[in-house]
Amino acid sequence: MPSNPISSAPVRVSKAPGASLGLKISTWAVVAFLHIPLALIILYAFSAEDKTYVFPPPGLTTKWFAVALGREEVWAALLLSVKVALWATGIAMVLGTLAAAALARTQFFGREAINVLLILPIALPGILTGIALRSGYHTLEIPFSFWTIVIGHATFCVVVVYNNAVARLRRMSPTLIEASMDLGANLFQTLRYIILPQLGSALLAGGLLAFALSFDEVIVTTFTAGQQTTLPIWMLQELVRPRQRPVTNVVAVFVIALTAIPILLAYWLTRADEDSQTR
Amino acid sequence: MSQGALSVPHHTQTRSGWLDSLSTLLFVRRRLLLACLLIPPLLWFGVIYLGSLLSLLANSFFKIDEFSGQLVREFTLQNFIDLFQPANIDVAVRSVVMSSAVTVACAALAFPLAYYMARYARGTQKAILYIAVMLPLWSSYLVRLYAWKLLLAKEGAISWVLQAVHMQWLLDAFLTLPVVGGNSLSFSPFGTFVVFVYMWLPFMVLPILVALERIPPSLIEASADLGSTPSQTFWKVIWPLAMPGIAAGSVFTFSLTLGDYIIPQVIGNSTKYIGQVVYTQQGVAGNLPFAAAFSIVPIVVIGVYLWLAKRKGVFDAL
Repeated sequence: MPSNPISSAPVRVSKAPGASLGLKISTWAVVAFLHIPLALIILYAFSAEDKTYVFPPPGLTTKWFAVALGREEVWAALLLSVKVALWATGIAMVLGTLAAAALARTQFFGREAINVLLILPIALPGILTGIALRSGYHTLEIPFSFWTIVIGHATFCVVVVYNNAVARLRRMSPTLIEASMDLGANLFQTLRYIILPQLGSALLAGGLLAFALSFDEVIVTTFTAGQQTTLPIWMLQELVRPRQRPVTNVVAVFVIALTAIPILLAYWLTRADEDSQTR
Repeated sequence: MSQGALSVPHHTQTRSGWLDSLSTLLFVRRRLLLACLLIPPLLWFGVIYLGSLLSLLANSFFKIDEFSGQLVREFTLQNFIDLFQPANIDVAVRSVVMSSAVTVACAALAFPLAYYMARYARGTQKAILYIAVMLPLWSSYLVRLYAWKLLLAKEGAISWVLQAVHMQWLLDAFLTLPVVGGNSLSFSPFGTFVVFVYMWLPFMVLPILVALERIPPSLIEASADLGSTPSQTFWKVIWPLAMPGIAAGSVFTFSLTLGDYIIPQVIGNSTKYIGQVVYTQQGVAGNLPFAAAFSIVPIVVIGVYLWLAKRKGVFDAL
Protein backbone atom coordinates (compact mmCIF):
# COMPACT_ATOMS: atom_id res chain seq x y z
CA MET A 1 0.00 0.00 0.00
CA PRO A 2 2.73 2.54 0.81
CA SER A 3 3.88 2.38 -2.82
CA ASN A 4 1.06 4.53 -4.10
CA PRO A 5 1.82 6.46 -7.23
CA ILE A 6 -0.13 9.61 -6.43
CA SER A 7 2.77 11.75 -5.37
CA SER A 8 4.85 10.79 -8.41
CA ALA A 9 2.39 12.53 -10.72
CA PRO A 10 3.76 15.98 -11.50
CA VAL A 11 0.39 17.49 -12.39
CA ARG A 12 -2.77 16.04 -10.91
CA VAL A 13 -5.36 15.86 -13.63
CA SER A 14 -8.92 14.92 -12.77
CA LYS A 15 -8.20 11.26 -13.47
CA ALA A 16 -5.77 9.97 -10.88
CA PRO A 17 -3.15 7.42 -11.91
CA GLY A 18 -4.12 3.80 -11.32
CA ALA A 19 -3.93 2.08 -7.97
CA SER A 20 -1.42 -0.67 -7.30
CA LEU A 21 -2.55 -4.20 -8.05
CA GLY A 22 -2.45 -5.20 -4.38
CA LEU A 23 -4.78 -2.36 -3.42
CA LYS A 24 -7.20 -3.22 -6.23
CA ILE A 25 -7.28 -6.86 -5.23
CA SER A 26 -7.85 -6.13 -1.55
CA THR A 27 -10.58 -3.61 -2.40
CA TRP A 28 -12.57 -6.01 -4.52
CA ALA A 29 -11.91 -8.89 -2.13
CA VAL A 30 -13.51 -6.89 0.69
CA VAL A 31 -16.46 -6.02 -1.56
CA ALA A 32 -16.83 -9.72 -2.35
CA PHE A 33 -16.67 -10.55 1.36
CA LEU A 34 -19.54 -8.11 1.92
CA HIS A 35 -21.74 -9.45 -0.85
CA ILE A 36 -21.14 -13.18 -1.38
CA PRO A 37 -23.21 -14.09 1.70
CA LEU A 38 -26.19 -12.13 0.34
CA ALA A 39 -25.86 -13.78 -3.07
CA LEU A 40 -25.81 -17.15 -1.34
CA ILE A 41 -29.13 -16.43 0.38
CA ILE A 42 -30.77 -15.89 -2.99
CA LEU A 43 -29.32 -19.15 -4.30
CA TYR A 44 -30.57 -21.10 -1.28
CA ALA A 45 -34.11 -19.81 -1.73
CA PHE A 46 -34.26 -21.97 -4.86
CA SER A 47 -32.64 -25.01 -3.27
CA ALA A 48 -34.50 -28.29 -3.64
CA GLU A 49 -32.96 -29.59 -0.40
CA ASP A 50 -35.08 -28.83 2.65
CA LYS A 51 -33.36 -30.54 5.60
CA THR A 52 -29.79 -29.25 5.63
CA TYR A 53 -27.71 -26.31 4.41
CA VAL A 54 -25.84 -28.52 1.91
CA PHE A 55 -23.78 -26.70 -0.71
CA PRO A 56 -24.09 -26.72 -3.66
CA PRO A 57 -27.87 -27.25 -3.63
CA PRO A 58 -28.67 -30.61 -5.26
CA GLY A 59 -31.36 -29.06 -7.44
CA LEU A 60 -33.21 -25.82 -8.03
CA THR A 61 -36.92 -25.23 -7.61
CA THR A 62 -39.33 -22.33 -7.18
CA LYS A 63 -41.86 -24.30 -5.17
CA TRP A 64 -40.78 -22.82 -1.81
CA PHE A 65 -41.97 -19.41 -2.89
CA ALA A 66 -45.49 -20.80 -3.21
CA VAL A 67 -45.16 -22.60 0.14
CA ALA A 68 -43.95 -19.42 1.86
CA LEU A 69 -46.73 -17.36 0.31
CA GLY A 70 -49.24 -19.79 1.80
CA ARG A 71 -47.96 -19.40 5.36
CA GLU A 72 -50.35 -17.36 7.42
CA GLU A 73 -48.00 -16.76 10.33
CA VAL A 74 -45.44 -15.26 7.93
CA TRP A 75 -48.07 -12.92 6.51
CA ALA A 76 -49.19 -11.90 9.98
CA ALA A 77 -45.61 -11.17 11.03
CA LEU A 78 -44.97 -9.23 7.83
CA LEU A 79 -48.13 -7.17 8.31
CA LEU A 80 -47.21 -6.36 11.90
CA SER A 81 -43.69 -5.32 10.87
CA VAL A 82 -44.99 -3.06 8.10
CA LYS A 83 -47.56 -1.46 10.43
CA VAL A 84 -44.96 -0.85 13.14
CA ALA A 85 -42.49 0.53 10.58
CA LEU A 86 -45.09 2.90 9.10
CA TRP A 87 -46.10 4.30 12.49
CA ALA A 88 -42.51 4.56 13.71
CA THR A 89 -41.48 6.29 10.49
CA GLY A 90 -44.39 8.72 10.73
CA ILE A 91 -43.56 9.71 14.31
CA ALA A 92 -39.84 9.88 13.53
CA MET A 93 -40.47 12.14 10.53
CA VAL A 94 -42.47 14.64 12.59
CA LEU A 95 -40.04 14.69 15.54
CA GLY A 96 -36.91 14.54 13.38
CA THR A 97 -38.03 17.41 11.15
CA LEU A 98 -38.96 19.61 14.10
CA ALA A 99 -35.63 18.94 15.79
CA ALA A 100 -33.76 19.60 12.55
CA ALA A 101 -35.60 22.89 11.99
CA ALA A 102 -34.73 23.98 15.51
CA LEU A 103 -31.09 22.94 15.50
CA ALA A 104 -29.90 23.37 11.90
CA ARG A 105 -28.99 27.06 11.99
CA THR A 106 -29.19 28.11 15.61
CA GLN A 107 -26.70 28.30 18.44
CA PHE A 108 -27.89 28.18 22.01
CA PHE A 109 -26.90 26.71 25.32
CA GLY A 110 -27.72 23.00 25.44
CA ARG A 111 -27.81 22.58 21.66
CA GLU A 112 -25.01 20.02 21.70
CA ALA A 113 -26.69 18.13 24.53
CA ILE A 114 -29.91 17.82 22.51
CA ASN A 115 -27.89 16.64 19.54
CA VAL A 116 -26.26 13.92 21.63
CA LEU A 117 -29.62 12.94 23.11
CA LEU A 118 -31.04 12.35 19.61
CA ILE A 119 -28.05 10.21 18.56
CA LEU A 120 -27.82 8.25 21.82
CA PRO A 121 -30.46 5.56 21.04
CA ILE A 122 -28.48 4.47 18.00
CA ALA A 123 -24.98 5.05 19.41
CA LEU A 124 -25.50 3.02 22.57
CA PRO A 125 -25.70 -0.74 22.07
CA GLY A 126 -29.27 -1.70 21.08
CA ILE A 127 -29.58 -3.99 24.07
CA LEU A 128 -29.31 -0.95 26.36
CA THR A 129 -32.09 0.93 24.62
CA GLY A 130 -34.17 -2.25 24.70
CA ILE A 131 -33.66 -3.10 28.34
CA ALA A 132 -34.06 0.55 29.38
CA LEU A 133 -37.44 0.79 27.64
CA ARG A 134 -38.47 -2.52 29.14
CA SER A 135 -37.58 -1.37 32.63
CA GLY A 136 -39.40 1.90 31.93
CA TYR A 137 -42.57 0.07 30.86
CA HIS A 138 -42.17 -2.22 33.84
CA THR A 139 -41.86 0.68 36.30
CA LEU A 140 -44.97 2.39 34.92
CA GLU A 141 -46.75 -0.97 34.64
CA ILE A 142 -47.53 -0.47 30.96
CA PRO A 143 -48.47 -3.82 29.37
CA PHE A 144 -46.74 -4.78 26.11
CA SER A 145 -48.70 -3.95 23.01
CA PHE A 146 -48.37 -2.80 19.42
CA TRP A 147 -47.63 0.69 20.75
CA THR A 148 -44.78 -0.35 23.02
CA ILE A 149 -42.98 -1.63 19.89
CA VAL A 150 -43.77 1.55 17.95
CA ILE A 151 -42.46 3.81 20.73
CA GLY A 152 -39.14 1.94 20.82
CA HIS A 153 -38.72 2.01 17.05
CA ALA A 154 -39.68 5.67 16.71
CA THR A 155 -37.08 6.61 19.33
CA PHE A 156 -34.13 5.25 17.35
CA CYS A 157 -35.55 6.25 13.95
CA VAL A 158 -35.70 9.99 14.76
CA VAL A 159 -31.96 10.45 14.29
CA VAL A 160 -32.08 9.13 10.71
CA VAL A 161 -34.70 11.66 9.62
CA TYR A 162 -32.97 14.35 11.65
CA ASN A 163 -29.59 13.76 9.96
CA ASN A 164 -31.06 13.95 6.47
CA ALA A 165 -33.15 17.05 7.23
CA VAL A 166 -30.30 18.89 8.97
CA ALA A 167 -27.92 18.22 6.09
CA ARG A 168 -30.44 19.61 3.61
CA LEU A 169 -31.38 22.63 5.74
CA ARG A 170 -27.72 23.57 6.11
CA ARG A 171 -27.22 23.46 2.34
CA MET A 172 -30.34 25.55 1.75
CA SER A 173 -29.71 29.25 1.34
CA PRO A 174 -31.24 31.28 4.19
CA THR A 175 -31.55 34.27 1.83
CA LEU A 176 -34.37 32.44 0.02
CA ILE A 177 -36.45 32.48 3.18
CA GLU A 178 -35.67 36.14 3.77
CA ALA A 179 -36.56 36.97 0.16
CA SER A 180 -39.86 35.15 0.47
CA MET A 181 -40.77 37.08 3.58
CA ASP A 182 -39.58 40.37 2.09
CA LEU A 183 -41.96 39.75 -0.77
CA GLY A 184 -44.84 39.56 1.71
CA ALA A 185 -45.27 35.85 2.42
CA ASN A 186 -45.85 34.95 6.04
CA LEU A 187 -43.98 32.19 7.85
CA PHE A 188 -46.51 29.52 6.91
CA GLN A 189 -46.58 30.45 3.23
CA THR A 190 -42.80 30.44 3.23
CA LEU A 191 -42.86 27.02 4.85
CA ARG A 192 -45.38 25.72 2.30
CA TYR A 193 -43.90 27.21 -0.87
CA ILE A 194 -40.18 27.66 -0.15
CA ILE A 195 -38.96 25.36 2.61
CA LEU A 196 -40.98 22.17 2.16
CA PRO A 197 -40.41 21.82 -1.61
CA GLN A 198 -36.67 21.96 -1.00
CA LEU A 199 -36.77 19.75 2.06
CA GLY A 200 -39.14 17.17 0.54
CA SER A 201 -36.74 14.69 -1.02
CA ALA A 202 -34.43 14.76 2.02
CA LEU A 203 -37.41 13.98 4.26
CA LEU A 204 -38.49 11.20 1.92
CA ALA A 205 -34.97 9.75 1.98
CA GLY A 206 -34.88 9.95 5.77
CA GLY A 207 -38.30 8.35 5.99
CA LEU A 208 -37.26 5.48 3.70
CA LEU A 209 -34.16 4.79 5.76
CA ALA A 210 -36.18 4.96 8.96
CA PHE A 211 -38.63 2.46 7.46
CA ALA A 212 -35.80 0.08 6.51
CA LEU A 213 -34.29 0.45 9.98
CA SER A 214 -37.54 -0.23 11.79
CA PHE A 215 -38.69 -3.02 9.48
CA ASP A 216 -35.51 -4.93 10.21
CA GLU A 217 -34.99 -4.18 13.89
CA VAL A 218 -34.82 -7.11 16.26
CA ILE A 219 -32.70 -6.23 19.31
CA VAL A 220 -34.91 -3.51 20.77
CA THR A 221 -38.02 -5.32 19.57
CA THR A 222 -37.35 -8.48 21.60
CA PHE A 223 -37.47 -6.34 24.73
CA THR A 224 -40.61 -4.37 23.88
CA ALA A 225 -42.81 -6.81 21.95
CA GLY A 226 -44.13 -9.16 24.62
CA GLN A 227 -45.82 -12.05 22.80
CA GLN A 228 -46.11 -10.38 19.41
CA THR A 229 -44.12 -11.61 16.45
CA THR A 230 -42.68 -9.16 13.96
CA LEU A 231 -40.97 -10.57 10.89
CA PRO A 232 -37.44 -10.17 12.37
CA ILE A 233 -38.58 -11.93 15.53
CA TRP A 234 -40.01 -14.77 13.43
CA MET A 235 -36.65 -15.00 11.63
CA LEU A 236 -34.73 -14.98 14.90
CA GLN A 237 -36.82 -17.90 16.16
CA GLU A 238 -36.01 -19.77 12.97
CA LEU A 239 -32.31 -18.96 13.33
CA VAL A 240 -32.10 -20.24 16.87
CA ARG A 241 -34.30 -23.30 16.25
CA PRO A 242 -34.62 -24.00 12.50
CA ARG A 243 -37.94 -25.69 11.77
CA GLN A 244 -38.80 -24.64 8.26
CA ARG A 245 -35.56 -23.86 6.46
CA PRO A 246 -36.96 -23.48 2.94
CA VAL A 247 -39.61 -20.98 4.09
CA THR A 248 -36.94 -19.05 6.03
CA ASN A 249 -34.78 -18.90 2.88
CA VAL A 250 -37.64 -17.39 0.88
CA VAL A 251 -38.53 -14.91 3.64
CA ALA A 252 -34.85 -13.87 3.79
CA VAL A 253 -34.85 -13.05 0.07
CA PHE A 254 -38.06 -11.13 0.52
CA VAL A 255 -36.57 -9.12 3.40
CA ILE A 256 -33.46 -8.34 1.30
CA ALA A 257 -35.69 -6.93 -1.44
CA LEU A 258 -37.94 -5.01 0.93
CA THR A 259 -35.01 -3.29 2.65
CA ALA A 260 -32.79 -2.82 -0.42
CA ILE A 261 -35.45 -0.91 -2.37
CA PRO A 262 -35.96 1.91 0.18
CA ILE A 263 -32.18 2.15 0.75
CA LEU A 264 -31.38 2.49 -2.96
CA LEU A 265 -34.24 4.94 -3.40
CA ALA A 266 -33.01 7.05 -0.48
CA TYR A 267 -29.48 7.02 -1.91
CA TRP A 268 -30.79 8.11 -5.29
CA LEU A 269 -32.93 10.88 -3.77
CA THR A 270 -30.09 12.49 -1.84
CA ARG A 271 -27.53 11.73 -4.56
CA ALA A 272 -29.40 13.67 -7.24
CA ASP A 273 -29.61 16.56 -4.81
CA GLU A 274 -25.88 16.61 -4.11
CA ASP A 275 -25.16 16.76 -7.84
CA SER A 276 -27.43 19.73 -8.36
CA GLN A 277 -25.79 21.44 -5.39
CA THR A 278 -22.31 21.24 -6.81
CA ARG A 279 -23.33 22.34 -10.27
CA MET B 1 -45.96 22.44 15.24
CA SER B 2 -47.27 25.85 14.44
CA GLN B 3 -49.03 24.60 11.29
CA GLY B 4 -51.64 23.28 13.71
CA ALA B 5 -53.13 26.76 13.64
CA LEU B 6 -54.11 26.20 10.00
CA SER B 7 -56.83 23.79 10.98
CA VAL B 8 -58.61 25.95 13.57
CA PRO B 9 -62.07 26.10 11.99
CA HIS B 10 -63.77 29.12 13.58
CA HIS B 11 -61.08 31.50 12.48
CA THR B 12 -61.65 30.97 8.76
CA GLN B 13 -62.98 34.49 8.24
CA THR B 14 -60.01 36.28 9.76
CA ARG B 15 -57.71 33.42 8.91
CA SER B 16 -55.03 35.21 6.93
CA GLY B 17 -54.90 38.15 9.33
CA TRP B 18 -54.72 35.83 12.29
CA LEU B 19 -52.02 33.74 10.68
CA ASP B 20 -50.08 36.81 9.68
CA SER B 21 -49.90 38.10 13.20
CA LEU B 22 -48.93 34.66 14.52
CA SER B 23 -46.29 34.52 11.80
CA THR B 24 -44.95 37.91 12.76
CA LEU B 25 -44.94 36.98 16.42
CA LEU B 26 -42.95 33.83 15.72
CA PHE B 27 -40.61 35.60 13.35
CA VAL B 28 -39.85 38.41 15.75
CA ARG B 29 -39.63 36.24 18.82
CA ARG B 30 -37.25 33.56 17.59
CA ARG B 31 -37.06 31.93 21.00
CA LEU B 32 -40.78 31.26 20.93
CA LEU B 33 -40.46 29.63 17.50
CA LEU B 34 -37.52 27.59 18.75
CA ALA B 35 -39.51 26.47 21.78
CA CYS B 36 -42.48 25.45 19.60
CA LEU B 37 -40.16 23.39 17.40
CA LEU B 38 -38.23 21.79 20.23
CA ILE B 39 -40.95 20.90 22.70
CA PRO B 40 -42.33 17.77 20.94
CA PRO B 41 -38.97 16.05 20.30
CA LEU B 42 -37.67 17.07 23.72
CA LEU B 43 -40.76 15.73 25.44
CA TRP B 44 -40.44 12.42 23.58
CA PHE B 45 -36.74 11.98 24.29
CA GLY B 46 -36.77 13.51 27.75
CA VAL B 47 -39.74 11.54 29.05
CA ILE B 48 -39.59 8.25 27.17
CA TYR B 49 -35.90 7.77 26.50
CA LEU B 50 -34.18 9.49 29.39
CA GLY B 51 -36.93 8.31 31.72
CA SER B 52 -36.28 4.73 30.63
CA LEU B 53 -32.53 5.07 31.08
CA LEU B 54 -33.05 6.51 34.55
CA SER B 55 -35.41 3.72 35.49
CA LEU B 56 -32.76 1.27 34.29
CA LEU B 57 -30.19 2.97 36.48
CA ALA B 58 -32.57 2.99 39.44
CA ASN B 59 -33.32 -0.70 38.94
CA SER B 60 -29.64 -1.54 39.16
CA PHE B 61 -29.75 -0.45 42.82
CA PHE B 62 -32.76 -2.65 43.63
CA LYS B 63 -32.84 -6.38 44.18
CA ILE B 64 -34.96 -9.44 43.61
CA ASP B 65 -36.48 -11.22 46.58
CA GLU B 66 -34.86 -14.65 46.50
CA PHE B 67 -37.99 -16.55 47.46
CA SER B 68 -40.82 -14.76 45.72
CA GLY B 69 -38.84 -13.46 42.73
CA GLN B 70 -40.48 -10.08 43.23
CA LEU B 71 -38.70 -6.78 42.75
CA VAL B 72 -37.75 -5.20 46.09
CA ARG B 73 -37.40 -1.44 45.83
CA GLU B 74 -34.69 -0.99 48.43
CA PHE B 75 -31.32 0.62 47.87
CA THR B 76 -28.51 -1.92 47.67
CA LEU B 77 -25.10 -2.12 46.05
CA GLN B 78 -25.20 -5.92 45.98
CA ASN B 79 -25.61 -6.07 42.18
CA PHE B 80 -22.44 -4.09 41.65
CA ILE B 81 -20.57 -6.25 44.14
CA ASP B 82 -21.82 -9.35 42.30
CA LEU B 83 -20.36 -7.97 39.08
CA PHE B 84 -16.91 -8.71 40.46
CA GLN B 85 -17.51 -12.43 40.81
CA PRO B 86 -14.90 -14.33 38.75
CA ALA B 87 -17.49 -15.67 36.29
CA ASN B 88 -18.76 -12.20 35.50
CA ILE B 89 -15.29 -10.71 35.17
CA ASP B 90 -14.56 -13.57 32.79
CA VAL B 91 -17.51 -12.59 30.61
CA ALA B 92 -16.53 -8.92 30.63
CA VAL B 93 -12.89 -9.63 29.75
CA ARG B 94 -13.88 -12.05 26.99
CA SER B 95 -16.26 -9.46 25.52
CA VAL B 96 -13.63 -6.73 25.58
CA VAL B 97 -11.03 -9.02 23.95
CA MET B 98 -13.51 -10.02 21.25
CA SER B 99 -14.50 -6.39 20.64
CA SER B 100 -10.87 -5.34 20.34
CA ALA B 101 -10.05 -8.17 17.93
CA VAL B 102 -13.10 -7.35 15.81
CA THR B 103 -12.16 -3.66 15.77
CA VAL B 104 -8.59 -4.36 14.62
CA ALA B 105 -9.76 -6.77 11.91
CA CYS B 106 -12.41 -4.32 10.68
CA ALA B 107 -9.84 -1.52 10.45
CA ALA B 108 -7.43 -3.76 8.53
CA LEU B 109 -10.10 -4.75 6.01
CA ALA B 110 -11.79 -1.36 5.77
CA PHE B 111 -8.71 0.78 5.23
CA PRO B 112 -7.67 -0.47 1.75
CA LEU B 113 -11.27 -0.28 0.54
CA ALA B 114 -11.78 3.26 1.88
CA TYR B 115 -8.37 4.31 0.57
CA TYR B 116 -9.15 3.03 -2.91
CA MET B 117 -12.58 4.69 -2.86
CA ALA B 118 -11.19 8.04 -1.72
CA ARG B 119 -8.12 8.24 -3.94
CA TYR B 120 -8.69 6.19 -7.07
CA ALA B 121 -12.35 5.39 -7.69
CA ARG B 122 -14.18 7.90 -9.88
CA GLY B 123 -17.64 8.29 -11.36
CA THR B 124 -19.69 5.13 -11.75
CA GLN B 125 -17.12 2.92 -10.08
CA LYS B 126 -17.17 5.13 -7.01
CA ALA B 127 -20.98 5.12 -6.90
CA ILE B 128 -21.00 1.32 -7.18
CA LEU B 129 -18.45 0.95 -4.38
CA TYR B 130 -20.38 3.40 -2.24
CA ILE B 131 -23.61 1.46 -2.69
CA ALA B 132 -21.69 -1.79 -2.10
CA VAL B 133 -20.75 -0.49 1.36
CA MET B 134 -24.07 1.25 2.10
CA LEU B 135 -26.36 -1.63 1.21
CA PRO B 136 -25.01 -4.12 3.77
CA LEU B 137 -24.90 -1.35 6.38
CA TRP B 138 -28.62 -0.76 6.13
CA SER B 139 -29.88 -4.15 5.04
CA SER B 140 -31.17 -6.83 7.30
CA TYR B 141 -28.95 -7.81 10.19
CA LEU B 142 -30.77 -11.12 10.64
CA VAL B 143 -30.67 -12.08 6.99
CA ARG B 144 -26.95 -11.45 6.87
CA LEU B 145 -26.49 -13.49 10.02
CA TYR B 146 -28.56 -16.25 8.44
CA ALA B 147 -26.31 -16.15 5.38
CA TRP B 148 -23.33 -16.91 7.59
CA LYS B 149 -25.14 -19.83 9.13
CA LEU B 150 -25.44 -21.22 5.60
CA LEU B 151 -21.81 -20.43 4.78
CA LEU B 152 -20.23 -21.79 7.95
CA ALA B 153 -22.36 -24.94 8.34
CA LYS B 154 -20.49 -28.25 8.25
CA GLU B 155 -22.05 -29.10 4.89
CA GLY B 156 -22.00 -25.46 3.78
CA ALA B 157 -20.22 -23.48 1.10
CA ILE B 158 -16.88 -22.86 2.86
CA SER B 159 -16.35 -26.55 3.58
CA TRP B 160 -17.31 -27.35 0.01
CA VAL B 161 -14.78 -24.90 -1.42
CA LEU B 162 -12.04 -26.21 0.87
CA GLN B 163 -12.83 -29.78 -0.13
CA ALA B 164 -12.76 -28.85 -3.79
CA VAL B 165 -9.22 -27.49 -3.42
CA HIS B 166 -8.22 -30.35 -1.04
CA MET B 167 -7.64 -28.07 1.93
CA GLN B 168 -10.21 -29.60 4.29
CA TRP B 169 -7.39 -30.86 6.52
CA LEU B 170 -6.35 -27.28 7.16
CA LEU B 171 -9.80 -26.36 8.47
CA ASP B 172 -9.94 -29.54 10.57
CA ALA B 173 -6.55 -28.76 12.07
CA PHE B 174 -7.62 -25.20 12.78
CA LEU B 175 -10.81 -26.32 14.50
CA THR B 176 -8.88 -28.54 16.92
CA LEU B 177 -7.03 -25.49 18.27
CA PRO B 178 -8.05 -24.56 21.85
CA VAL B 179 -9.80 -21.18 22.44
CA VAL B 180 -10.75 -20.42 18.80
CA GLY B 181 -11.74 -23.91 17.56
CA GLY B 182 -14.91 -25.95 17.92
CA ASN B 183 -17.05 -28.68 16.37
CA SER B 184 -17.47 -26.85 13.09
CA LEU B 185 -16.94 -23.28 11.97
CA SER B 186 -20.49 -22.33 12.88
CA PHE B 187 -19.95 -23.60 16.45
CA SER B 188 -16.53 -22.04 17.03
CA PRO B 189 -15.51 -18.71 18.58
CA PHE B 190 -13.61 -18.03 15.35
CA GLY B 191 -16.94 -18.23 13.50
CA THR B 192 -18.42 -15.69 15.93
CA PHE B 193 -15.44 -13.43 15.26
CA VAL B 194 -15.79 -13.65 11.46
CA VAL B 195 -19.49 -12.82 11.61
CA PHE B 196 -18.88 -9.84 13.91
CA VAL B 197 -16.24 -8.52 11.50
CA TYR B 198 -18.60 -8.99 8.56
CA MET B 199 -21.50 -7.29 10.31
CA TRP B 200 -19.71 -4.14 11.45
CA LEU B 201 -17.26 -3.69 8.56
CA PRO B 202 -19.34 -0.98 6.79
CA PHE B 203 -19.42 1.03 10.03
CA MET B 204 -15.63 1.22 9.80
CA VAL B 205 -15.38 1.89 6.06
CA LEU B 206 -17.57 4.99 5.99
CA PRO B 207 -15.80 7.08 8.71
CA ILE B 208 -12.37 6.24 7.23
CA LEU B 209 -13.67 7.23 3.80
CA VAL B 210 -14.92 10.57 5.14
CA ALA B 211 -11.55 11.24 6.84
CA LEU B 212 -9.56 10.36 3.70
CA GLU B 213 -11.77 12.44 1.44
CA ARG B 214 -11.15 15.48 3.60
CA ILE B 215 -7.40 15.39 2.86
CA PRO B 216 -6.82 18.09 0.24
CA PRO B 217 -4.86 16.79 -2.80
CA SER B 218 -2.62 19.84 -2.51
CA LEU B 219 -1.31 18.50 0.79
CA ILE B 220 -0.12 15.31 -0.90
CA GLU B 221 1.41 17.30 -3.74
CA ALA B 222 3.17 19.53 -1.24
CA SER B 223 4.58 16.50 0.49
CA ALA B 224 5.92 15.17 -2.81
CA ASP B 225 7.25 18.60 -3.79
CA LEU B 226 9.17 18.75 -0.56
CA GLY B 227 10.89 15.55 -1.58
CA SER B 228 9.20 12.77 0.33
CA THR B 229 8.79 9.34 -1.21
CA PRO B 230 5.27 7.95 -1.71
CA SER B 231 5.63 5.76 1.36
CA GLN B 232 6.81 8.71 3.48
CA THR B 233 3.80 10.71 2.26
CA PHE B 234 1.54 7.84 3.22
CA TRP B 235 2.89 7.36 6.74
CA LYS B 236 3.58 11.00 7.58
CA VAL B 237 0.64 12.74 5.91
CA ILE B 238 -2.20 10.39 5.00
CA TRP B 239 -2.07 7.97 7.94
CA PRO B 240 -2.23 10.58 10.75
CA LEU B 241 -5.09 12.33 8.97
CA ALA B 242 -6.97 9.03 8.57
CA MET B 243 -6.63 8.29 12.28
CA PRO B 244 -9.75 10.22 13.43
CA GLY B 245 -11.77 8.19 10.90
CA ILE B 246 -10.39 4.93 12.23
CA ALA B 247 -11.08 6.09 15.78
CA ALA B 248 -14.68 7.04 14.94
CA GLY B 249 -15.21 3.70 13.18
CA SER B 250 -13.68 1.80 16.08
CA VAL B 251 -16.19 3.34 18.48
CA PHE B 252 -18.96 1.79 16.36
CA THR B 253 -17.35 -1.64 15.93
CA PHE B 254 -16.35 -1.78 19.58
CA SER B 255 -19.69 -0.71 20.99
CA LEU B 256 -21.75 -2.82 18.58
CA THR B 257 -19.74 -5.98 19.40
CA LEU B 258 -19.92 -5.30 23.10
CA GLY B 259 -23.71 -4.98 23.12
CA ASP B 260 -24.68 -7.74 20.71
CA TYR B 261 -26.36 -10.83 22.09
CA ILE B 262 -27.79 -12.41 18.95
CA ILE B 263 -24.68 -13.24 16.92
CA PRO B 264 -22.97 -15.32 19.64
CA GLN B 265 -26.28 -17.05 20.28
CA VAL B 266 -26.62 -18.19 16.64
CA ILE B 267 -22.96 -18.67 15.65
CA GLY B 268 -20.46 -20.00 18.17
CA ASN B 269 -20.12 -22.42 21.04
CA SER B 270 -21.84 -21.69 24.33
CA THR B 271 -19.30 -19.16 25.64
CA LYS B 272 -21.15 -16.08 26.86
CA TYR B 273 -20.65 -12.41 26.16
CA ILE B 274 -21.96 -9.35 28.03
CA GLY B 275 -25.05 -8.97 25.84
CA GLN B 276 -26.17 -12.56 26.40
CA VAL B 277 -25.72 -12.35 30.16
CA VAL B 278 -27.84 -9.19 30.27
CA TYR B 279 -30.45 -10.83 28.07
CA THR B 280 -30.73 -14.07 30.03
CA GLN B 281 -30.60 -12.31 33.40
CA GLN B 282 -33.60 -10.15 32.61
CA GLY B 283 -35.45 -12.79 30.59
CA VAL B 284 -35.06 -16.39 31.76
CA ALA B 285 -33.66 -15.52 35.20
CA GLY B 286 -36.08 -12.62 35.67
CA ASN B 287 -33.44 -10.65 37.54
CA LEU B 288 -33.89 -7.19 36.06
CA PRO B 289 -31.77 -5.41 38.72
CA PHE B 290 -28.72 -7.53 38.02
CA ALA B 291 -29.23 -7.23 34.26
CA ALA B 292 -29.44 -3.47 34.71
CA ALA B 293 -26.21 -3.40 36.70
CA PHE B 294 -24.46 -5.59 34.11
CA SER B 295 -25.69 -3.41 31.24
CA ILE B 296 -23.78 -0.51 32.79
CA VAL B 297 -20.52 -2.42 32.13
CA PRO B 298 -20.49 -1.71 28.36
CA ILE B 299 -21.24 1.97 29.01
CA VAL B 300 -18.27 2.19 31.38
CA VAL B 301 -16.00 0.29 28.96
CA ILE B 302 -17.00 2.51 26.03
CA GLY B 303 -16.56 5.59 28.22
CA VAL B 304 -13.03 4.51 29.17
CA TYR B 305 -12.30 3.73 25.53
CA LEU B 306 -13.46 7.18 24.40
CA TRP B 307 -11.47 8.83 27.17
CA LEU B 308 -8.30 6.95 26.17
CA ALA B 309 -8.83 7.84 22.51
CA LYS B 310 -9.30 11.48 23.43
CA ARG B 311 -6.20 11.49 25.62
CA LYS B 312 -4.15 9.99 22.80
CA GLY B 313 -5.37 12.90 20.72
CA VAL B 314 -6.89 10.84 17.90
CA PHE B 315 -9.87 13.18 17.64
CA ASP B 316 -7.75 16.32 17.46
CA ALA B 317 -7.55 16.27 13.68
CA LEU B 318 -11.35 16.19 13.36
